[in-house]
Amino acid sequence: MTCHTVSTDIDTTQAVKRVVLVGMPNTGKSTFFNRITGASAFVGNWPGITVSFLQAQVKINGEPTEFVDLPGIYDLTGFSDDEKVVKLFLERFPIDLAVIVLNASQIDRQIRLPLQFKALGIPSVVILNMADEAERFGIKILADELAQRLEMPVALMSAKYGRGYMRAYQAICKCLASPSAPQTTVLELSVFEAIAPETLEEILTGAVFMPSQLAITLTQRLDPILLHPIFGLPLFFLGMFSVFWLIWQVGLPAQGLMNDLTGWLQTTIIEPLAQPLPTLLQSFLLDGIWGGLSTVASFVPLLVLFFMIMAILEDSGYLSRSAYLMDAFMARLGLDGRSFVMQMMGFGCNVPALMGTRVMRSRALRWLTMLVIPFSLCSARLQVFVFILAAVFPSSQGAIALFSLYILSFASAILTAFFFQGVFKNDEPFVLELPPYRFPTIQQVFLRGWGEVKLFLSRASGFIVFGCVAIWTITHIPIGATGLDTWGGQIGQFLQPVMRPIGIDPYLTLALIFGVIAKEVVLGSLAVIYAVNAEAVSQYLTTTLTWTQAYSFCIFCLLYTPCLTTFVTVFNESKSWKFTIFSLIYSFIFAWGCSFIFYQGASLLGFS
Amino acid sequence: MTLLDLTVGKVALVDQVALGSHGQGLATRLEAMGIIPNKPIRVLRKAWLGGPLHIQVGSTTEIAIRRQEARNVLIQKHH
Repeated sequence: MTCHTVSTDIDTTQAVKRVVLVGMPNTGKSTFFNRITGASAFVGNWPGITVSFLQAQVKINGEPTEFVDLPGIYDLTGFSDDEKVVKLFLERFPIDLAVIVLNASQIDRQIRLPLQFKALGIPSVVILNMADEAERFGIKILADELAQRLEMPVALMSAKYGRGYMRAYQAICKCLASPSAPQTTVLELSVFEAIAPETLEEILTGAVFMPSQLAITLTQRLDPILLHPIFGLPLFFLGMFSVFWLIWQVGLPAQGLMNDLTGWLQTTIIEPLAQPLPTLLQSFLLDGIWGGLSTVASFVPLLVLFFMIMAILEDSGYLSRSAYLMDAFMARLGLDGRSFVMQMMGFGCNVPALMGTRVMRSRALRWLTMLVIPFSLCSARLQVFVFILAAVFPSSQGAIALFSLYILSFASAILTAFFFQGVFKNDEPFVLELPPYRFPTIQQVFLRGWGEVKLFLSRASGFIVFGCVAIWTITHIPIGATGLDTWGGQIGQFLQPVMRPIGIDPYLTLALIFGVIAKEVVLGSLAVIYAVNAEAVSQYLTTTLTWTQAYSFCIFCLLYTPCLTTFVTVFNESKSWKFTIFSLIYSFIFAWGCSFIFYQGASLLGFS
Repeated sequence: MTLLDLTVGKVALVDQVALGSHGQGLATRLEAMGIIPNKPIRVLRKAWLGGPLHIQVGSTTEIAIRRQEARNVLIQKHH
């Protein structure tokens, strides 16, 4: 019940042929992968490998062939996390063919990679992608001449628009047609010594013509404005604001619609069907399992929108530039500008923001970013705060209180990054390619949105339903019990020595336990716990809670684990239980500490 | 002279990449990004407040690089 991923274990002795896609970052390797494999890709489990990448089975020459999209690498001798993974993969798993995807306009330096593969004796095909862009630059490449010199097939193409795709595809088919024995690679790095800068020159001279003077491109016109030392940052914030606005105006209403849909399904189909069952079983099916499924479903529209925006930001080349713009500040926190973009996205919803950290390829940088994202005050928590603050504060003070929670959210993230940058030490150098500005195609944008949702559903839904059932169990057992008589309520009472110093009574503790599923549930659970209807909850809070208690409750809600889905996503993305549990425990301790300082401080100052 | 000392907009030729605090890892990465001896290199702009450099290597590769790392790129004196 704990693991419901659809990934498959692959043993090393395979009957089908295996093709790996390799290439430098920003070469459109994944676009090519999508083109060749269609929509059938999935994440596989490779023993000993901790970075996830896509693979798919395609029929080539009538034979099933496995395509694996390895992470982007600069060099086979490199030390980055991705480069280690690719090396490990080549050493451990036999392959029939390597498809090396290069950016045609940067062939002057990227030619190193095929030369390294050649030196290792790995059968390879070179795809010179983005041929359209190279043409615009005025670069001429004689593919046949280059193929002769490299002693491997070379095909020019544009994976984005499909031009030249058939030629590239046929080159791969031809290579796979000849019988071969799949082989693992012995990475004898000394063979690379022969690849000197002069060797690159020799291979390229006469086969590739780079113009000495390049035409003025869109990038050269835009960068002086978008990367301007004074105007660059305001423009960046304006851009972030519009993204935020879009998530708010489109994503959240879409999430609401999805909730309406699952609610409608529940009342018109599921409830009548469950009617004949005993009450306890009904509650288990509706609040446990169906509740879990609706939670998963409610994330779908947000994820689609978020990753469509991400695809635009990433493929246009602006995301890398945001790293440049924010680096002066973020470097001090051990993060980079892309962490900032994810952190901001987290204010809409933490889950896609966590998934988006995948653009950062250093593990330490990713983990540090994943540690701070859950502090972003997401829209679900906002609902809870608006409700509770409105109940205990007169109107204008409520707005100030809410604003202060946003400040706290930012401050917590900054403090956490500052303190833990030494623990999650990013020792990869900051040298980031700034690709030219490009217009992503609509197809690319939709494929990305859909692909990420598929990934989320396959990896997270099992866990989330399991978690919802677990929370249902502790809040409904023993049978017939309600409120403080349930196990959850007893846990609430048991935790009193810890929770009383922060002003939280057993009822509210029980609400926090419900809140582990999702923060939206907190409000609904209060109605159940106090056994009053939803409208009366506000009245009830006004009369039973002091404002310091209410505010302390809000602080705790803001900082402890946001929701089950976030927790599951942290695990899926980090692939480390140790890190996931650490992140969970840290957030609890931090939340308690902040609530304690506030509540005890306020009491000392005579507020109550 | 290092890349950090190069005037914005001026083209220079790479001399070599020094093994700084990042060691061979950084040198290899920079080499893969095209920073090899005799390659033309240019600083397009520098971010303020000690931010990174936006550089162009060869004719089609643009890179953001922190000042710390730019110090390891040695360039040839005026030619």
